Amino acid sequence: MASNAFPRIKNVGLSGVLVSFSDVLTESANRAALAFRAELEKAAPPGITETTTSLTSTFVVYDPVRLPLKDLRAYLSKLLTRENWETATLPERRRLWRVPAVFGGECGPQLEEAANLAGLTPERAIEELTSTRVRVMTIGFAPGQPYLGSLPENWDIPRQSGLTKQVPNGAIAVAIRQLVLFTTETPTGWRQVGRTAFRGFRPESDSPFALRPGDEVQFASIDEETYASIRAKDKTGDGGSEWEFLP
Amino acid sequence: MTGALIVHRSGPSVTVQDLGRPGNMVFGLSPGGAADRHAFIEGTVLLGQSLDCAALEMAGFGGEFEATSDIRIAMTGAPMLARLDGQRLVWNASHTMQAGQRLTIGAASSGIYGYLHIGGGIACPPFLGSRATHLAGGIGKPLCPNEQLPLGPDLKPDFVGQLLSVIDRFSGGTLRVLPSVQTDRFSAATRARFEATRFTRTPRGNRQGAELQFEGEAFVSDAQLTILSETMVAGDIQMTGAGEPFVLLPECQTTGGYPRIGTILPDDLPLVAQAVPGVSLKFRFVTHEEALAHHRPTETLRADLTRKLQPLLRDPRDIRDLLSYQLVSGAITGWD
Repeated sequence: MASNAFPRIKNVGLSGVLVSFSDVLTESANRAALAFRAELEKAAPPGITETTTSLTSTFVVYDPVRLPLKDLRAYLSKLLTRENWETATLPERRRLWRVPAVFGGECGPQLEEAANLAGLTPERAIEELTSTRVRVMTIGFAPGQPYLGSLPENWDIPRQSGLTKQVPNGAIAVAIRQLVLFTTETPTGWRQVGRTAFRGFRPESDSPFALRPGDEVQFASIDEETYASIRAKDKTGDGGSEWEFLP
Repeated sequence: MTGALIVHRSGPSVTVQDLGRPGNMVFGLSPGGAADRHAFIEGTVLLGQSLDCAALEMAGFGGEFEATSDIRIAMTGAPMLARLDGQRLVWNASHTMQAGQRLTIGAASSGIYGYLHIGGGIACPPFLGSRATHLAGGIGKPLCPNEQLPLGPDLKPDFVGQLLSVIDRFSGGTLRVLPSVQTDRFSAATRARFEATRFTRTPRGNRQGAELQFEGEAFVSDAQLTILSETMVAGDIQMTGAGEPFVLLPECQTTGGYPRIGTILPDDLPLVAQAVPGVSLKFRFVTHEEALAHHRPTETLRADLTRKLQPLLRDPRDIRDLLSYQLVSGAITGWD
């Protein structure tokens, strides 16, 4: 097998193995990463201690004393050939979240700029951002922080060359056909288009991570007044959102 | 009986640590835990207690502490000047501290992270199965003056006066490195130059990672700025935009977009965490087999250390040079 062929298995240090499905983000590579991880979690072979996913890969942490590397690699190779993971069914018990959000104004100071880059009016941009159901493709950068995608192709807009000094917890920012729903105050190169009262990381809770990779999110446009009243009342971090299991 | 530890003063970055909370990378949370896992394990061995017993990790400087009941203590990691009611205490040893006595721990004489372990451990409420403060992840925060930390029940109150001879982990050395995600995106010549280069720690660093500097050309891969963000782990050596190396430590982010030339063997990672600015580090690629032969799993390490325990025979007051007492020279071969 050529070294550039996918899927590709690579060792990472003493106790990690990365299974990559692509080196560019596609829906099918993300699907494969999520489905392959779900299968590993279900099979739970002894010696695998943790699994996670990035946009296009599944990462396996294992105990090299208990599970020799060559056995792990053989197991993963065999599992890879069992089915076409790029068309596999996504993990079970995924949820669809409907999350209220304010777009534009103080809550989304760069909506106009981002809409421009996407070739849209701000009104049309809000329509696209709220009518597209986006998938939690991966969680990272900060605890519980989802990368949501993919948006329509016209949203393949670059990051800013400079950084926004700080976006607030709950901010929605856009770049490269993805949305980030920030879980922490942070500087960012992504453009802030909206804001929610949703907290993806709840360190005070026994179940601190609201979203799971594979979940889907649909934003609903609300006005600033509604947002303020949700914020004032919300104790859970749900920020007025509702969820249901996806079929 | 359980009591509390009163914090009268503390350095700017004293945190509660244990071995962290693995299993949450998928939610964007790295395992965290003690920056020098080896030193944390040494403390649990000195007190003969479980790995669940959390300790205080002191970055660069300790503080002043008092207990509300008689407790056992042990200090490990970066040696710091410790006094109990003015009497110097031996580092890497276990002692009794009576209720009301004042323990002062000063600046590190070498290394960065010192540990104060207490019989029964610090018993603040666990979060996702661990008490480790994860500063980058927003879990817990550094100690504040006048804070009181609850202590767990001490199962071996009479087991004190133990000493561990500890190898020097505070002077750098050669670290074993295994391939990582993008190792093959660096040319063979670049990798060879990487192994031949002497690096030093810069002052930029924390529990997330440590920046290194060196003389010579940047270490650039053929993928430098075009790769997708990928999962990363503690020990990864990433080459940032300018090709400058940055070693990831336990509180690192779970994904990153910079190429990584290799991953340090976990057993050698404390050398980077404990390296102060100016300490020199080199890297050597090893095979998986060689790495595995040198790797000591936590339980093996605990058993080895337990066999090395010896009674702290001499009265600390009689020892002239206490800070050098525990640093057995000539025993650094395991890290070289």
